Amino acid sequence: MSENLSAAAMAQWVRQFATLIAQNREHLTELDAAIGDADHGANMDRGMSAVVKALDDAQPTAAGAVLTGVGMTLISTVGGASGPLFGTLFLRMGTALGDAGEVPSQELGTALRAGLEGVVARGKAELGDKTMVDALAPAADALDAALAEGLPLADAVARASEAAATGRDCTTPMLARKGRASYLGERSVGHQDPGATSVALLLEAASELGR
Amino acid sequence: MKKLINDPNDVVAEALLGMEAAHASLSVDHANKIIHRAQPPRPGKVGIISGGGSGHEPLHGGFVGLGMLDAACAGEVFTSPVPQQMIAAIKLVDGGAGVLQVVKNYTGDVMNFDMAAEMTASQAGTRVVSVVTDDDVAVQDSTWTAGRRGVGVTVLLEKIAGAAAEQDRTLDQVADVARAVNANGRSMGVALTSCTVPAAGKPTFDLGEADMELGVGIHGEPGRRRVPLAPAKDIAAMLLEPILADLPFTSGDGVIAFVNGLGGTPLLELYIMFNEVNTLLGQHGIRVARSLVGSYITALDMAGTSITLLKVDDDLLSLWDAPVNTPALRWGT
Repeated sequence: MSENLSAAAMAQWVRQFATLIAQNREHLTELDAAIGDADHGANMDRGMSAVVKALDDAQPTAAGAVLTGVGMTLISTVGGASGPLFGTLFLRMGTALGDAGEVPSQELGTALRAGLEGVVARGKAELGDKTMVDALAPAADALDAALAEGLPLADAVARASEAAATGRDCTTPMLARKGRASYLGERSVGHQDPGATSVALLLEAASELGR
Repeated sequence: MKKLINDPNDVVAEALLGMEAAHASLSVDHANKIIHRAQPPRPGKVGIISGGGSGHEPLHGGFVGLGMLDAACAGEVFTSPVPQQMIAAIKLVDGGAGVLQVVKNYTGDVMNFDMAAEMTASQAGTRVVSVVTDDDVAVQDSTWTAGRRGVGVTVLLEKIAGAAAEQDRTLDQVADVARAVNANGRSMGVALTSCTVPAAGKPTFDLGEADMELGVGIHGEPGRRRVPLAPAKDIAAMLLEPILADLPFTSGDGVIAFVNGLGGTPLLELYIMFNEVNTLLGQHGIRVARSLVGSYITALDMAGTSITLLKVDDDLLSLWDAPVNTPALRWGT
């Protein structure tokens, strides 16, 4: 990633996320089978495949528009809870980036923060509920902190990715309080949250491009 | 996996083709996977839509027709439909009196229907009210869970609210009737076997030959506990006692008693269950005003049953008795 966020860079990030989702499709489904309804991998893969196809057909010229387009595609193809939640994440990130063709790299922190706020508003989950928020919130905090320190974007994104991975791992001992996993109560303890796992893949995709 | 399918990816689309071909009273918007009445909406009548993941047939598409739903949105198997489907369905059924959405309480369903209502309000100006069903007593209702699941009451609600809409009651009145049904209905189910999602190709959960899952959800979600298989009369008591205690239902109440099959259980067994339920209700002094026995809200090929009791007053009972003409429920027409 360059120090400016271009539409091409955003599209590259999204495509890399789609690749990681496809590679982890079975893994995500197995995680979901343990505490949900065994469709997270298939649903995310269906959505991200549609996203890639839409980018192949017509890639927007503004960085923000790439992400809002991803959000709309996810909302209209994924269904379940992941559609509205990941859709809202991308929609809010895209909206935060505005209409400019390229935006300063600092804006990525603002965008991720806006995405997090959108997810929290839609899903009403709090930190510690064993959801995607448990990976997303630490990632947004780490990205903000790293950018405020003046780190180059690639390093800042790498820190955010580490924070997301740690947040993902922290969901394992948690008791689920939202979504289908909450029906399990104590039986949800000991399983990693699939939504948090997908968020970690999203940040991993960004970090791989930065390298 | 043994199923009458062509390709696991095509099950919903191909079933919709079949429904359209089998029922002249229905039309299907295949792009949006919406089953709707072939007749255009009657001006002044509140439109009622519902929908959810596929795999619960005849819910919801089989309940589209006179006296029940105006349209149903079909999601992928066990996956909520997306907002664009509901937005299109609302447009199809809006007769100028507003639209009621019947939503089962699952995180994904609630979010997708909410987004559809928000987007419709901002774009079209159609008034949309959502009523959420959450009648499954197997799940603890607390601020620390996603809340109770919507199950059997959804069928009774769609029938009763549908009748209220046919009488040209207002959107608020129809929504009040729907909320009354949900408030007075309770359900619980039991699985004897798992279901198999076509795309997964293998059973959703493992259940031993001698065990059953008490309090199972209609997607194979775990219930209250796993217990040894028991005679029908004991199973009826295990399901009824938590239902009766929850509302609570008391001596002198009149109820609609609904014994539902989860997809893989024969009607012969459902009538054995109904007999046990009827006997137990008699012992509690509860009067069975009406009954419904059959597979109306299913979990693919899961063997098992759910029991729903709905406490009724004269208004709810007369709405239940009103004419209905849909593929899955039909009387009085």
